[in-house]
Amino acid sequence: MSSAASNEWGQWEVVIGLEIHAQLATRSKIFSGASTAYGAEPNTQTSVVDIALPGVLPVLNKEAVHMAVKFGMAIKAEVADRSVFDRKNYFYPDLPKGYQISQFDLPIVGPGTIDIELESGETKTIGVTRAHLEEDAGKSLHEDYAGMTGIDLNRAGTPLLEIVSEPDMRSAKEAVAYMKKIHTLVQYIGICDGNMQEGSFRCDANVSVRPKGQEEYGTRAELKNINSFRFVERAINIEVERQIDLIEDGGEVVQETRLYDSVKNETRSMRSKEEANDYRYFPDPDLLPVVITEEYRQQVRAELPELPEQKQKRFMEELGLSAYDAGVITASLALSSYFDTVAEKTGDAKLSANWITGELSARLNREEIDIADAAVDAGAFALLLSRIKDNTISGKIAKDVLDAMWKGEGSADEVIESKGLKQITDTGAIEAFVDEVIANNPSQFEELKGGKDKMMGFFVGQVMKMSKGKANPAQVNELIRQKMK
Amino acid sequence: MYHTKSVTELSAMLQAGEVSSVELTRYFLDRIKNSDEKLNSFITVCEEQALAQAKECDERLKAGNAPALTGVPVAHKDIFCTDGVKTSCASKMLDNFISPYDATVVTNMRAAGVVMLGKTNMDEFAMGSSNETSYYGAVKNPWNLKAVPGGSSGGSAAAVAARLAPAATGTDTGGSIRQPAAFCGITGIKPTYGRVSRFGMIAFASSLDQAGPMGQSASDCALLLNAMAGFDEKDSTSIEKAVPDYSADLDKPLDGLRIGLPKEYFAHAEGGMNAEVEAIIKTALDQYKAMGAELVEIELPNSALSVPVYYVVAPAECSTNLSRFDGVRYGYRCEDPKDLNDLYTRSRGEAFGEEVQRRIMVGTYALSSGYYDAYYLKAQQLRQLISDDFKNAYEKVDVIMAPATPETAFNIGEKSDDPISMYLSDIYTIAVNLAGIPAMSIPVGFSDGMPVGMQIIGNHFEEARLLNVAHKYQQQTDWHTTLPEEFK
Amino acid sequence: MSIEVDEVKKIAKLACLNVDDADIQSYATNLSNILDLVAQMDAVDTTGVTPMSHPFDVVQRLREDVVTDLDRREDFQAIAPAVEDGLYLVPKVLE
Repeated sequence: MSSAASNEWGQWEVVIGLEIHAQLATRSKIFSGASTAYGAEPNTQTSVVDIALPGVLPVLNKEAVHMAVKFGMAIKAEVADRSVFDRKNYFYPDLPKGYQISQFDLPIVGPGTIDIELESGETKTIGVTRAHLEEDAGKSLHEDYAGMTGIDLNRAGTPLLEIVSEPDMRSAKEAVAYMKKIHTLVQYIGICDGNMQEGSFRCDANVSVRPKGQEEYGTRAELKNINSFRFVERAINIEVERQIDLIEDGGEVVQETRLYDSVKNETRSMRSKEEANDYRYFPDPDLLPVVITEEYRQQVRAELPELPEQKQKRFMEELGLSAYDAGVITASLALSSYFDTVAEKTGDAKLSANWITGELSARLNREEIDIADAAVDAGAFALLLSRIKDNTISGKIAKDVLDAMWKGEGSADEVIESKGLKQITDTGAIEAFVDEVIANNPSQFEELKGGKDKMMGFFVGQVMKMSKGKANPAQVNELIRQKMK
Repeated sequence: MYHTKSVTELSAMLQAGEVSSVELTRYFLDRIKNSDEKLNSFITVCEEQALAQAKECDERLKAGNAPALTGVPVAHKDIFCTDGVKTSCASKMLDNFISPYDATVVTNMRAAGVVMLGKTNMDEFAMGSSNETSYYGAVKNPWNLKAVPGGSSGGSAAAVAARLAPAATGTDTGGSIRQPAAFCGITGIKPTYGRVSRFGMIAFASSLDQAGPMGQSASDCALLLNAMAGFDEKDSTSIEKAVPDYSADLDKPLDGLRIGLPKEYFAHAEGGMNAEVEAIIKTALDQYKAMGAELVEIELPNSALSVPVYYVVAPAECSTNLSRFDGVRYGYRCEDPKDLNDLYTRSRGEAFGEEVQRRIMVGTYALSSGYYDAYYLKAQQLRQLISDDFKNAYEKVDVIMAPATPETAFNIGEKSDDPISMYLSDIYTIAVNLAGIPAMSIPVGFSDGMPVGMQIIGNHFEEARLLNVAHKYQQQTDWHTTLPEEFK
Repeated sequence: MSIEVDEVKKIAKLACLNVDDADIQSYATNLSNILDLVAQMDAVDTTGVTPMSHPFDVVQRLREDVVTDLDRREDFQAIAPAVEDGLYLVPKVLE
């Protein structure tokens, strides 16, 4: 059986729920005054609290609470009047206190929903069960330190918002769509930088299968720490395949934590985390209940920025973009800021949208990269479009210019100059081409004059060919019409 | 000499220039050097640092406007983190731990001008009522070297009783200030939960732990509490409430004071109060009556459950508070761990004493899946009922008086093999921690040559009232100024 | 309530404590006695009573999001049992 869409798993239905961990973009840690900046020397961003010295105590970061409430308001969830921090107890070297401060019974954000667009164009509502605040753990570095593992606690205590979905997704594609939707949202509202390489945004997927029509869920496996959209899709599909094969061979799925190996494209059991997972949750006596007032909720709601769906609507209504273009552009905060810059500089929203959802997106997809890593920045891209608008080059030539720019051959102007792609607007020069084409094709010219309009395309094409695409097509058209008189 | 002087007197002498802090500090360092072999009350003596601090204090005193406690030498329980000084919590686990930071209590006391003589012995991680669980050996009671000083702040109590230090700090989770104060014949107060910062005080049971002073008298405790107490932004459970001057109302008359006597505490149940202790307490109560107070019988119907509730809540919290001691970042690490699990289990198994391990296991069990509701949740519900009992009582009375302990100090080794009988020695002190209210113990007489302590329990934030009630009694009695023969 | 030897082993494992086989029986006895003491709680019906997790009904105070703690790695690692290149070392962790 090969990976395929959900309706292609034969008699099986796939059930997926996601736990997304979004690192909150605070300056300091959730319970200490150490910096959260990424990439510092190991253990240089740890305070007495982060390394869990004896006697230290946590004090909650105001901004972490603010960001969690912001998320709650953005998904129209219930934001709890009173939420409580609990200790989740387990021993691991990257967990300095021997417990993680998290929220168990009373999370700060209660039920809400997220709409995703399916490939069919339909909208599906995915339930968000809850979102709670917790602290991140440190990192274990498994490179060999004389047979030992190294522990870096810089990340320990970074605030996380864990967003838990209902088991509402029925295919890996739906899971990816949901994850992308949350990814976009947290960036729009400015609570997470969304950087997946640095681990700011990652997810665990709970995957199970059941015979179609069965109400009861199958036994699920938890796929840990997946940090790219592509891997989410692959990991889920490979896990579904494993579970179905297992059951069809008469086996049983066991509830366990599994790790996705992107190199081997397989999931495998994490036995080390399997043992003793009795977390002994209880309210952390070092912290008090977090109380959110209605007034605060209103204040946070009022400060929410324009959300993706609102922005899409505005782009359609105010800028006249198509639903498709507006959807693609607003689906990523980075892409929509790219668009904002290009549209502003060119003064032509429609042209900008066409080029961004067309040529630019095609190149990003081909290379499987993010807009942030695009070889051409918004300013350079705007200049290219401006050269179409001022008739320096045609749209067709512009694609070649973009290719050259993508390869790092310089700005639009430099490429046009060095390759001599500047459009010919000198009427005399174009007229010479027109005359030559007419002279070479007298009978066809007669047909054109006789009213065979289709011939117009032939003549324009010939002139463009002769000018190596540089003649201004509008001028060519105009000159041919003059010759017909 | 200086050791017969109270902190109040020493402070006046320092301010008047009659003695220097260096002189005083050296005097007490010598006393420790000469006598602590008998008591084992100190884990660390900070001779060099203390003299350096004393020198600074003398300069501050000379410059004028130095705070009241400037230059007074004091000992800290070894549960408080002290920057650059070993902080062991009386455990092998932290035998090599030099704290890189100061507890807020230490910072506050330092700012008030106190000189730190050293760190006092205690039960390991404050778990014990006799000071026998210390990795550094048992502390002896200055009144009878065969007897325990009580615990867990046994080193502080013994050091003050023998006047090796004019005063000391302690912590109280289930009676750890009041019970040793009673056993050693000194005065100690456990303030309202949240009154003194817990930052830098190594946690035993976070929702019960509270630091307080242990001294010769209520007036000394008032001076010390002035320096220790206060809101701390580093402790989320610290209360944002102004600290009154605890010395201001010490002399207020007691006319009309309503004293509640819990009938459950005075009932002659098995394991209850020893008859001679009861007689001594009754004499003290009569003296209060003579001072104009009124005695009112009250009920604390759920108080009998304090011990069982405590032995769920405290172990549960301690079981996770002590998870950070894993041999990775500081403290004891076993030799040649063969894998990660070996590192954890051997480091912890080898470095924690038996009582600590026992409590970690009880707590782990009480929190584990399937038992949480029956133990931890049930205990927290009962805690509410115990707390409500006090709330109801304070509608009728101003303070509550009760024995601090059912009997006087027992002998070393007498109860160390029987955890339950040891636990029951805290029967009168534990409810106070569960409710978070303040309470103190003052010496009210001797039974067979051993001190008897009486508890004065107040409503939330009524420390000033308690100190006033204790001070008035101490002005009429000399139990608190009586010294053990060997340490006169 | 009596705790069996096997249960003591299970608890010790959860608490990461290495208990000598010779001591297990005495732990089992002591833990059983403690649980018997604790069982007195069952005498009181607590249906509907709100559990008290803190002596006061106060709420969590919030800290401004400001970086106040700077690098003190050298101080912290001076008291660490094993470090290299600024990392704390532990026996190899297998995933």
